[in-house]
Amino acid sequence: MENPENPQRFLTAAAAGLAGCRVCGTANPGGARACTCCGSPLAAADPASLQRVWAWLAAGLIAYVPANVYPMLRTTTFGRSSENTLIGGIAELFSHGSYGVALIVFFASIVIPVAKFLAIAYLAVSVRKLAALGSHGRLVLYEVVEFIGRWSMIDVFVVAILTALVQLDFAAAIAPGMAAVSFAISVAFTMLAAQSFDPRLIWNAESENLNDHA
Amino acid sequence: MHTDQLIACPTCDVLNRDEDVKPHTVARCARCGTVLAAPKSGAMTRIAMLSLTALVLLAAAAGFPFLELRAQGLSHQASVLDAVLAFSSGPMAPLSLATALLIVLLPAARYCALIYTLAPMALGWRPAPHAAAAYRWAERLKPWAMAEIFIIGVAVALVKVSGLARVGLGPAFWAFAALLVVTILTDNAICRLTVWKTLKTRSAS
Ligand SMILES: [Zn+2]
Ligand SMILES: [Zn+2]
Repeated sequence: MENPENPQRFLTAAAAGLAGCRVCGTANPGGARACTCCGSPLAAADPASLQRVWAWLAAGLIAYVPANVYPMLRTTTFGRSSENTLIGGIAELFSHGSYGVALIVFFASIVIPVAKFLAIAYLAVSVRKLAALGSHGRLVLYEVVEFIGRWSMIDVFVVAILTALVQLDFAAAIAPGMAAVSFAISVAFTMLAAQSFDPRLIWNAESENLNDHA
Repeated sequence: MHTDQLIACPTCDVLNRDEDVKPHTVARCARCGTVLAAPKSGAMTRIAMLSLTALVLLAAAAGFPFLELRAQGLSHQASVLDAVLAFSSGPMAPLSLATALLIVLLPAARYCALIYTLAPMALGWRPAPHAAAAYRWAERLKPWAMAEIFIIGVAVALVKVSGLARVGLGPAFWAFAALLVVTILTDNAICRLTVWKTLKTRSAS
């Protein structure tokens, strides 16, 4: 506290003995279990809560493997059936010259999920020590992950739409594959992992480190 | 200082002084920059109206076909209901329920909760019973209401089948496109902490 090299020192609700509400921002008296304003359960920022983040993340990662291995779509045209995996579907779009759409699906199904796994893992690891990316950078990362993660669901909807639409008896029919289910589960689990992460922990590491130096 | 005059930042827990913010200006957390208050004149009315519009569009989007496929003299239309039932057989059945929840049921529930919470405020009335719980649920449902993501899925599907057959756009396609715009407008109009503050002051008075 007395360190003059810290020009800006912020007082958190937890440090002031109060319980801040993550939903409505009310500063509740310390030890309160539910927020007096909105009724949300109150919990202090606790690194132990990272276990939940890791659990959801691991589950999401496990579900992402079959999503890439098994077929996403089974297309039957004039009695001949072919199967398309996630990557295969993107390659097909690309070979047909639909570069823009191929890029959208590539981002939604490959880039965003993989980047999300890495980003959440990085956020969870960096809580313990002062990371290369500053607190502000990590907050931006967290907000991007929260915002963008749900858009990965696009490919699941595409499968549902194609299955519903392409039912022309013998001429053409499309059926969903196992990958659609595991991909949906993977996206849901990683969304839960991101939601389990308490952004207040980003700043906790910072203040603890500053205390160590003081 | 009394704790009523403090806001604990929901993102970083820093205590900020809860000052009166002029309309159309924004108060941010001193440490992390999270928006703490963004009062806009008529915001409650606008959010309630937008939510009502979204509900009507959602009903239209769910009922009418969004794409029509024609090939070899055969034609087939698909509505959201068909897309939901696409997974209904075999091991995919849970996905059918999930699709229904994500595209129709959760967005509808969220907009109902928003109207329930904000319409009395827009009219200057006291908050309805359990308004706090309703608004808390509206915020919790937000990431899981994916109606606006569905329209991008429709666009991708359109390109994918365009090689296979001729595709026409149904009325629900335009309803979903409008829903995308209304959803973005609604989310931009809502300042979570301002809504909570209004709820708090209105229930106290
Ligand atoms: Zn609260
Ligand atoms: Zn803050």
